[in-house]
Amino acid sequence: MENETTRMSTEDYSLYYGKFKALNSINIEIPSNRITAFIGPSGCGKSTFLRSFNRMNDLIPGVTTTGTVNLDGRDVAREDVVKLRKKVGMVFQRPNPFPKSIFDNVAYGPRLHGLKNRSELAVLVEKSLRQAAIWEEVKDDLQKSGMSLSGGQQQRLCIARAIAVEPEVILMDEPASALDPVATLKIEELMNELKKNYTIAIVTHNMQQAGRVSDYTAFMLTDQNRAGNLIEFGATKQIFTTPVNSRTEDYISGRFG
Amino acid sequence: MSRDSFDRELHAVKGNLFHVTEEVRKNLSASVKYLENRDMQGASMIIESDEIINLKCLEIEEQCLNIIATQQPVATDLRLLFSILQISTEIERIGDYAKGIARISQKIGPGKLIKPLLSIPRMEEIANEMLDDAIRAFTEDDEKAAREIPARDLQIDILYNQVHRELLTFIMEKPSNIEQTMMLDWVAHNIERVGDRVVNICERVIFTVTGISVDLN
Amino acid sequence: MNKRNFSQNMAFGMFWLAGIVSVLIMAFVVGYIMVKGLPGISLDFFTTSPRGGLSCDGGIYSTIVTTFYMIVVTLVFATPLGVGTAIYLTEYSSNTDNRVAGRMVSIARFGVDTLAGVPSIIFGLFGYALFVTAMNLGFSILSASLAGACLIIPVIIRTTEEALKAVPAGYREGSLALGANRWETTWKVVLPAALRGISTGILLSAGRIVSETAIFFVTLGGSYRVPHSLMSGGRTMALHVYYLAMETRAFDKAMSTAAVLVALIIIMNLAINMVTNKIAAK
Repeated sequence: MENETTRMSTEDYSLYYGKFKALNSINIEIPSNRITAFIGPSGCGKSTFLRSFNRMNDLIPGVTTTGTVNLDGRDVAREDVVKLRKKVGMVFQRPNPFPKSIFDNVAYGPRLHGLKNRSELAVLVEKSLRQAAIWEEVKDDLQKSGMSLSGGQQQRLCIARAIAVEPEVILMDEPASALDPVATLKIEELMNELKKNYTIAIVTHNMQQAGRVSDYTAFMLTDQNRAGNLIEFGATKQIFTTPVNSRTEDYISGRFG
Repeated sequence: MSRDSFDRELHAVKGNLFHVTEEVRKNLSASVKYLENRDMQGASMIIESDEIINLKCLEIEEQCLNIIATQQPVATDLRLLFSILQISTEIERIGDYAKGIARISQKIGPGKLIKPLLSIPRMEEIANEMLDDAIRAFTEDDEKAAREIPARDLQIDILYNQVHRELLTFIMEKPSNIEQTMMLDWVAHNIERVGDRVVNICERVIFTVTGISVDLN
Repeated sequence: MNKRNFSQNMAFGMFWLAGIVSVLIMAFVVGYIMVKGLPGISLDFFTTSPRGGLSCDGGIYSTIVTTFYMIVVTLVFATPLGVGTAIYLTEYSSNTDNRVAGRMVSIARFGVDTLAGVPSIIFGLFGYALFVTAMNLGFSILSASLAGACLIIPVIIRTTEEALKAVPAGYREGSLALGANRWETTWKVVLPAALRGISTGILLSAGRIVSETAIFFVTLGGSYRVPHSLMSGGRTMALHVYYLAMETRAFDKAMSTAAVLVALIIIMNLAINMVTNKIAAK
């Protein structure tokens, strides 16, 4: 992790659902302008952990946390959640465009944050759609419903919607698991482009995908109390060629029992 | 389907392989030239630069390993990476032969050679050209060229036999020449081995393109 | 194998028969009313008011007006309350740590479910006691609408809740993740997406008002004159059918009114189908 600027980090971060400990004292530094992948078997807490970065877990009744999650060195718990989510965008597993036009989908966030001017909105919408590599496919009819697009296009629309509020970080929760291989590939290539401007954290249960797209990989696993732990974190090349922890090796080589 | 980042990585390794081959070729021709010119300093430069070549070959190996681990290449991509790994080993060995020649040159010492070199530079020229053509065939997936290049190895073998016999007569004429004569024979042998290595590279090219392993020796 | 096929054929044969019988019964009821009722229907029937008396001459103009009033006024009361409650129950209460709110919600849910099963005459009695007598609103459209609102609020709450629950959670997450608060999310994303479902509930409720009699029998009075304000009494079409059948000799007019009523109900149901089909198509 030398020569990298840390964008987000956690310190001794634990999360509880009521009394049940779901995440156990996680320390990690997410480097700026890199793609960091979280891998691990189902139920290891990787999605829950990802959702800690934009405080989406706040929405679940009974969730409490200890330790801190930091964005640019500041504790996100002390930040206004609206401002935090403007800086830390999110793309979900299932493409979830609103049942509105393509334009209104992308303009939703900026409007929320106070941008009213139509021509400025139009510029921003085009820029976002271009960055999400979907402009060429939709530019002729921005009034078409976002729901009428194909799954892969919908997901890229959602990425455009997320980058329209000009975040620093984009969280992606298994963004390609509902897509076919071609659409998946497009999303992966897009991520490679996006990391020039954004810091990306992605949760994936697809190790191959983590290998293909990410610069850093974090492997998570549940302990005997079913709490999610960070087992190993390092450059993806290192994790995939010479993992230090034997459990990491078992998982990435498909010998996981 | 396009996998731009993957293709970029592949391209980068190929580029590195091409680059290191260029350096090995330079060293090879220089080693013979310095031997002819009795350039001791040049010889030690070659020995030093071979270290860098070895490091570069290791780097190529690591790059291949990373790509295989993270990108799960299959079919042509997998054969290509496999071939790059093997070719880099061949190149590294050819580099060692050049270094060997430089070492021999140092052992002979700064004095005048017992005879002017004629066949050995010719051998080196052919081997060097073969190597250049072989690596070009690799980058261009030129199976036809890869099948034609090994025929030239025969010329090298013929020249080697010539050198060998010639040196034997030198020993018979003047037994005190024996040490230098044997060393020159060793130089010729090194170059002869280069030819064999290039033939191996050609086999790899054919494997990359067709998926069939062949024996061209 | 044959035995199994045989029992299957038997079973499906019986179901087929049951289906046919049910359809025939319905067709017979509707057909009977139409055959008996349609000959009495003319343009005059719609444009003149009933004149009272044992023969009850005239048409059903005033009852159409009253029915229309009842639908509009009842919905004005019931829709904001019902939709508001449903939004609270689905969008807010289920995501709160607050114990008191959580308790209140479970009571409210239980209440809604119970109310939905209470016979309408009970609402009528309640309306009579509270609105007509205690609040001194008399037999009036206002009293009847308030009582009617009590009857249909559970329906609106239930259907709206279903409509809101049918909105994918992904919409809410997507909006919240962009920095919207819960209200912005509800107003800008969830409600527009649930609009058709909510409309269906409101249409269903309107149908309920059209077809209800018992509750209005004890709150609306029964005047056959055209209502002129919210404080006027009146009779809806369904109520008119009851009066005609039970208190006059104009049974033919009861049939004609019933025919109009059935036609209206059919039209409303078609409207509901159209709305829901559009949702399904989306």
